[in-house]
Amino acid sequence: MKGSVQLIDENGKRVDGRYPNELRRLRIEAGVLKNADGSAMIELGNNKIIVAVYGPHEAVPKYMAEPDRAVIRCRYSMAPFSVDERKSPSPSRREVELSMVIRQALEPAVFLNEYPRTMIDVFIEVLEADGGTRTASITAAAVALADAGIAMRDLVSAIAVGKVGGRLVVDLNGLEDQYGEGDMPIALMPQLNYVTLFQADGVFTPKEVEDAFRLVSEPIKKVYREQKRALKKKYEDVVREVEKGE
Amino acid sequence: MPVYVENRQIVVPGELIADKNRFRVEGKVYERDGRYYSKVLGVAYIDQENRRVNVLTLKGKYIPSPGDLVIGKVVEVGLTNWIVDINSPYPAILPLNEVFSKPTSIPRSELSKILDVGDIIAAKVIAFDYARDPLITIKETRLGKIPQGIVVEIPPSKVPRIIGRKGSMVNMIKELLGVELIIGKNGRIVIVGKDRAKAELAALVIRKIEREAHTSGLTDRVREFIMEKLNEIGGGSNEG
Repeated sequence: MKGSVQLIDENGKRVDGRYPNELRRLRIEAGVLKNADGSAMIELGNNKIIVAVYGPHEAVPKYMAEPDRAVIRCRYSMAPFSVDERKSPSPSRREVELSMVIRQALEPAVFLNEYPRTMIDVFIEVLEADGGTRTASITAAAVALADAGIAMRDLVSAIAVGKVGGRLVVDLNGLEDQYGEGDMPIALMPQLNYVTLFQADGVFTPKEVEDAFRLVSEPIKKVYREQKRALKKKYEDVVREVEKGE
Repeated sequence: MPVYVENRQIVVPGELIADKNRFRVEGKVYERDGRYYSKVLGVAYIDQENRRVNVLTLKGKYIPSPGDLVIGKVVEVGLTNWIVDINSPYPAILPLNEVFSKPTSIPRSELSKILDVGDIIAAKVIAFDYARDPLITIKETRLGKIPQGIVVEIPPSKVPRIIGRKGSMVNMIKELLGVELIIGKNGRIVIVGKDRAKAELAALVIRKIEREAHTSGLTDRVREFIMEKLNEIGGGSNEG
């Protein structure tokens, strides 16, 4: 089956008409939930994900508390209707792993030492999935954490690089993810230039890995700008409204 | 200029604020390689005269500090203490000896008659060091159970805006609406007023200040808002 689908045409365009270094349509909104301390929604192409952050709060169960830092608890979960065929609502092996991977991608960005003995909950609900949900989840979770007023070194922006038809392309969609030759999600703190997540599924040469990081720098900046815009929007709207009234 | 932000600019975590030299940078920032970056989603205030930049957070939980007046809600009655929620990651402990000045011998089972679950209290933080939960007291005057009023919750970082410069904002609200405000440093505010409509209006005013805390000219706008709403209430009662 693999290789029998043509994912990139003779003009270098991909199945959805994008160029290799082109992102899908990206929109982030912060503060979409009222009950949560911080929240964000991200739409990346057909992906639609909501993230809610609670905390820092008292650690429950108590034995999970660490005397010198906060503990992040992360749950990545896909809605039963998020994929083509109904997904069982019970956490799958994949969801449990992604929860951990996303947590580890976020932890370096948070000043955990500022909140000893507490716990920060990150709930990620995938409403619709179409390739690259882990990177989109990390991007949205960073916005939700900042929206909750939690102290952070930097935001975390993430995007996947993949290989289709022997070429490196950015931000794989579901089809490319399924039939392509490889998928390499990358998350980094854009201001500090630290990588917090780097995975690879498929075969890449060392040179391709280097190229992937070069390829990703421009799209990551785009993601970062959208994260910033989303976080500031709520407050800047109030300023604009007030200035208009005067 | 070694400052990279404008006055009252909204900043996100990791945003570059200023180089480390002539300007003093305070508040929620961290330093790396001789530069200051914001730690939080907040507002950067620049004081050109004193060459100071201050980054204040827009949201976040209350971190207890000794001496703070806080508004708490009793969540648990223990054998020798009460557990009080003070809108913080750390639940506060109110021991028996911080309630009575003299040693008393009331039955342990009757603690709930003095303060019960759900009671709202004004208290003062006596000690907190992260290793243990904060200790609070109600032994001083004007502390203790608050029998009635409206509780409004706002982010603790916006409490200074409710108070205003030298208390200008609270005093204005108190004067114009004839209500009493008990402002907890933990972002809880109790409004006590005989006139229910005016007390509710005060709650609206606090919500407005919370929403517009990062804008300038707030006191004047709030005064206008109160006058406008007061006319509405006055007009309504005349008709009735």
